[in-house]
Amino acid sequence: MTLLVVAEHDNHNLKASVRHVLTAAQALGGEIHVLVAGCGCEAVAEAARALPGVACVRWAEDASLGDGGAENLALLVTRIAREYSHVLAAASAFGKNWAPRAAAQLDVAQISDIVRVDAPDTFTRPIYAGSVWATYRSTDPVKVITVRPTAFDAAPGEGAPAPLERLDAEPGSGLSSRKDLSLSPSERPELESARVVVSGGRGLGSGERFKALLEPLADKLNAALGASRAAVDSGYVPNDYQVGQTGKVVAPDLYIAVGISGAIQHLAGMKSSRVIVAINKDPDAPIFSVADYGLVGDLNEIVPQLTAAL
Amino acid sequence: MKILVPVKRVLDYNIKARPKADGTGVELAGLKMSMNPFDEIAMEAALRLKEAGQATEIVAVSCGPAANQETLRTALALGADRAVLVQCEGELEPLAVAKLLRAVTLREQPGLVLCGKQAIDDDANQTGQMLSALMGWAQATFASRIELQGASEALVTREIDGGLETLSIRLPAVITTDLRLNEPRYATLPNIMKAKKKPLDTLTPADLGVDTAPHLKLVQVFEPPQRQGGIRVSDVAELVGKLKNEAKVI
Repeated sequence: MTLLVVAEHDNHNLKASVRHVLTAAQALGGEIHVLVAGCGCEAVAEAARALPGVACVRWAEDASLGDGGAENLALLVTRIAREYSHVLAAASAFGKNWAPRAAAQLDVAQISDIVRVDAPDTFTRPIYAGSVWATYRSTDPVKVITVRPTAFDAAPGEGAPAPLERLDAEPGSGLSSRKDLSLSPSERPELESARVVVSGGRGLGSGERFKALLEPLADKLNAALGASRAAVDSGYVPNDYQVGQTGKVVAPDLYIAVGISGAIQHLAGMKSSRVIVAINKDPDAPIFSVADYGLVGDLNEIVPQLTAAL
Repeated sequence: MKILVPVKRVLDYNIKARPKADGTGVELAGLKMSMNPFDEIAMEAALRLKEAGQATEIVAVSCGPAANQETLRTALALGADRAVLVQCEGELEPLAVAKLLRAVTLREQPGLVLCGKQAIDDDANQTGQMLSALMGWAQATFASRIELQGASEALVTREIDGGLETLSIRLPAVITTDLRLNEPRYATLPNIMKAKKKPLDTLTPADLGVDTAPHLKLVQVFEPPQRQGGIRVSDVAELVGKLKNEAKVI
């Protein structure tokens, strides 16, 4: 059995998620290959060679792969996928974009966002915003899987440098091209991999107060900032802050929810955190049902006190 | 331009899903079903393109049991011109739905397919991408802004990890909608009445020559490990003490 892990990267650096996907691949057993596809991404391919437990890095370098577009990447993955029993990637905006496309081209099911490997052909994933989990057995010759990174620990350490094999890209489809990329600049840790997350909801009342109250607290804790859907919809913070069923799934050591009521859709994105703190003026807010430590009161007073006490 | 909008009938957003006692599925009997909220956003996007004179006809399509007629009537009440039900019983996997939608797309020849990025029941986030692949078309997933540049190109801004990406895609294409694209309207009573007279055609997978056999076997559906609520602390000093000495996270 040989497995293919498709690495997410920005042509310069590997994303941390690849080590979590490797752990899921190791749980399946078998030889692991990593695909690095991009443009000007030699450093990424080199970095991938040192990942632990990797037998081969396959490197495709072409202008048509430079922006990570789904159409061209899916064609490449489809061409080589039949050499493998499993094709795995992180269930991120990147993996969710191309993996179903490759699966359809292979005429196989795609299994999204797995949180558990039960057997090489059997996987568990959350459905209904995580209210329910479902275990599925696949009958397909190639299993195309996206992995929830927070459900698998990062594979630690480095391995002996794996051999590097060049792959030809498919001719560019010309179906789509990137016109603009605007990433929110941030000095903070990435939301998905941060050890501490400070997250705000509608209770903050405005974007100004979100910034004024939560940024100093996040600075003290070297935390990433997150938000509920309500806070994003109200325009307090950009969309990529959203934690929940349709946003990011996080599982930090410490999650501090400020002014977040705790709808099921939000809990879906954070309830695997190790320690949860909830600060909310409503003693009946559902967030308290998952919080290890709940503090009822006015966040305008509590948050500055907490920042000062740390 | 004709726009095809696939819509799914799902357990209502406000109801907490529970497994059936025997673990063979999720309990749906007697519970309120609604249009998948992301598909409402797709429908709204299509309506706005029509209102702006950039689309001429909106066709809603749904795959599933006869009860999906209700969801299609909702789409018609919102403003779709026609509806197509691909009627079938049993679980449909995203790949099977994509194959059915491909067959409908080949019949209808739309210039654009607009659908929700995921359904809130299986949370798969696959069908739009699969349809796009089966058609050999471009795709733009997780759209927060759509701008048609005539009939052959669209600019789509996508919500991605860390920010926003704008793609130029060749049409026809599949675009899947994210939360921030728009705020869907409600159907008015007169439009609900009018919707009853709009055309709703029914097809079967056999009519379309599509095999919908599942590729996955559902082994079990169950409640995930539950997180226990903890304690209430009375003030910040107690909270900091607990985080330092008990949880040891700071």
